[in-house]
Amino acid sequence: MSAVDDSGNVATPKPSAEKPRHKPSREPRTPMRERAAVERAADFDEVALGYTEELAVAEAARCLQCKNPTCIEGCPVQIDIKAFIGHIIDGEYREGVAVLKERNALPAVCGRVCPQEEQCEAVCVLARKAEPVAIGRLERWLGDYDLACELEHRCVPEVGEPTGFRCAIIGSGPAGLACAGELARLGHDVTIFESLHAPGGVLTYGIPEFRLPKAIVDSEIDMLVQMGVKIECDTVVGATLTLDEILNVEGFDSVFIGSGAGLPVFLGVPGENLNGVYSANEFLTRVNLMRAYEFPRADTPVWRGRRVAVIGGGNVAMDSARTALRLGADEVFLAYRRTEQEMPARREEVHHASEEGVQFKMLCSPVEILGRDGFVTGLVATRMELGEPDESGRRAPVCVMGSEFEIECDTVVVAVGTRANPLLMKAAPDLELTGRGYVAADEHGATSVPGVFAGGDIVTGAATVILAMGAGKRSARAMDGWLQNPDR
Amino acid sequence: MTCQGGNEAHDPGGIVFRIVHKRQLSDVVFEMGVEAPRVARKVRAGQFLILRVDRDGERIPLTFSDWSAEEGWVRFIFMRVGKTTHALSHCEIGDELTDLVGPLGTPTHVGDLGRVAVVGGGVGAAVAYPVARAMLEAGDDVSVILGARTADLLVLEDEFRAIEPTRLVVTTDDGSAGVKALVTTPLKELCEAGEIDLAFAVGPAIMMKFCAATTKECGVPCIVSLNPIMVDGTGMCGACRVSVGGETRFGCVDGPDFDGHLVDFEELMSRQRVYVEEERLSDSEYSKECSCRL
Repeated sequence: MSAVDDSGNVATPKPSAEKPRHKPSREPRTPMRERAAVERAADFDEVALGYTEELAVAEAARCLQCKNPTCIEGCPVQIDIKAFIGHIIDGEYREGVAVLKERNALPAVCGRVCPQEEQCEAVCVLARKAEPVAIGRLERWLGDYDLACELEHRCVPEVGEPTGFRCAIIGSGPAGLACAGELARLGHDVTIFESLHAPGGVLTYGIPEFRLPKAIVDSEIDMLVQMGVKIECDTVVGATLTLDEILNVEGFDSVFIGSGAGLPVFLGVPGENLNGVYSANEFLTRVNLMRAYEFPRADTPVWRGRRVAVIGGGNVAMDSARTALRLGADEVFLAYRRTEQEMPARREEVHHASEEGVQFKMLCSPVEILGRDGFVTGLVATRMELGEPDESGRRAPVCVMGSEFEIECDTVVVAVGTRANPLLMKAAPDLELTGRGYVAADEHGATSVPGVFAGGDIVTGAATVILAMGAGKRSARAMDGWLQNPDR
Repeated sequence: MTCQGGNEAHDPGGIVFRIVHKRQLSDVVFEMGVEAPRVARKVRAGQFLILRVDRDGERIPLTFSDWSAEEGWVRFIFMRVGKTTHALSHCEIGDELTDLVGPLGTPTHVGDLGRVAVVGGGVGAAVAYPVARAMLEAGDDVSVILGARTADLLVLEDEFRAIEPTRLVVTTDDGSAGVKALVTTPLKELCEAGEIDLAFAVGPAIMMKFCAATTKECGVPCIVSLNPIMVDGTGMCGACRVSVGGETRFGCVDGPDFDGHLVDFEELMSRQRVYVEEERLSDSEYSKECSCRL
């Protein structure tokens, strides 16, 4: 279900006829305040400082308030972008927040980590001739505006009449949180089971503090708790509870699986088990979830390398490289087997990493990790060149024979992707999987087990926060339909 | 109250991990019981839990030594070696642990093993005990070899006696209890006499390495229960990777039990030492903190 009809018109609740006609400003895109690279690379505080009210109003004024806004179609959860920007223009910030929250349970998070440049902003009408409206920055500003309010004054989406149905959600990452928010709005009784000791999934263990402060994640989750969502941490579904027990012993009527793609992929090269070689998952979990950057005040240590090599070209690789810098590395290299153009990371993240001093080694792929006395001393890499496009549409990297060279380093972080963790599924034999071990689900998230839905990375493989949230919301509506269907 | 204060915004969602049992087994070895009904319903021998003592705490894995599904508690045994186990040893009955999660890992295979020598070294006895018990209950023939550096570190001897294994041999390095020998001496005798079909060894990595070598010489298979460093314990981070037969496996989900003849013990021991410096620092900071409070 979408607020956009076939012709692309948005069903706005309030006619804006009485308001004075909006005259768009012709100013260039308003830059967001950022901490200087030298300063920020030395600590874990947030890099981007966001707009002030003045800057937000200036940027909102650039919006054309198009009759047929295209931006909304670019949003995976179809936020009514025109309406929330309209509210900023009119100084109605609370109303703006309410518009965001109709569609997105975590605006302060998405305002920070969504790849808007590929989504809403890419299809903004202004983008045809100039720079698009900074929709993401405006979303962030409104989200933060809401978080700055006392909890009782925050915009908490209205919760529907209790339906009496109990829904269980496995995993408290973006998919699970979005699903929980939507189910609570629809009046269902929601419990989230989280395997780690803190909720948030990748928002908590994966994305670093300097890009997404944990206080923001906690506040957004507090809002869900305010809506009546219960969160039970330290509960590993597949170990502490099985899917079957959730349905038949714990008495839940429907289940959403949003357990993510949490199994790290390694390179499979010699030397990978040397001390100083980390999966990005471990490196980031130690630093973000366990706060190893505060060691010894926090108990969990992390190996602080002087020369760190990060393998990979995605956002997780950028996060790892920038984290290594902040832990005090003298030099951080990022080795990627294609070129900067093919890198899946957001441009902004690549730019930030490069500004902070991360050195990019392109067309380079490790073939062996070298060590002495059990610890990493370097890696052997081979030069690559780009050949024919592969199934991803990107030109496939091919080894240049005899081009091996050594990079001296004492730490290697492997950030080449993740896969589905089989722990939950091993204990749920009825749940149908895809050939690659993900949960098989239709476009509404329905799985092979009646009443069990799934969405996010556990269905699609590793993707973005917002796509997972979109899947969580779609599944919530499908769950609602399933629960309300008397013939089930 | 929790054992110590902290600064994290979220509690685990109303689940309370209250300490209901504490017993000091030696100067440095403790047994602790914690209320955890959901976990207690699921535990099988050979599995482990992960706990945090407080909100700044490290996640540490400990093997279940005992549990009661009916009464909803689980027990584990730990040696006071570093900051976390020090803090844990200061927790008392009625205190709450911040987190306890499990049961993790693949249970030990029991039931069709024939004659087994279960070897427990030091606090490894805490793993060996439920494993030996499960094997006996499943109809296997069990001999127990219990070893420690010195008599004071020998734990659960009475419990092992109570489950009536076919034989119970106690060894200490210094002869202060039982036979003055390493566990491998009686193990070798049993192997050579053709008295056992399988060995199950758990204890310090170096002990498991020698148990594996001893049994290999005699052509007796040997299962070892490994204790690599872990963070999440669910297969998410890969900190616990071990080489088994040239392949990388995750100790937390593929193990903790592996074929001892195929494990790369040198690598395991090297990986266990990666944070030695940090552990020392953490422990000395903690000791300072403790003496300040006195």
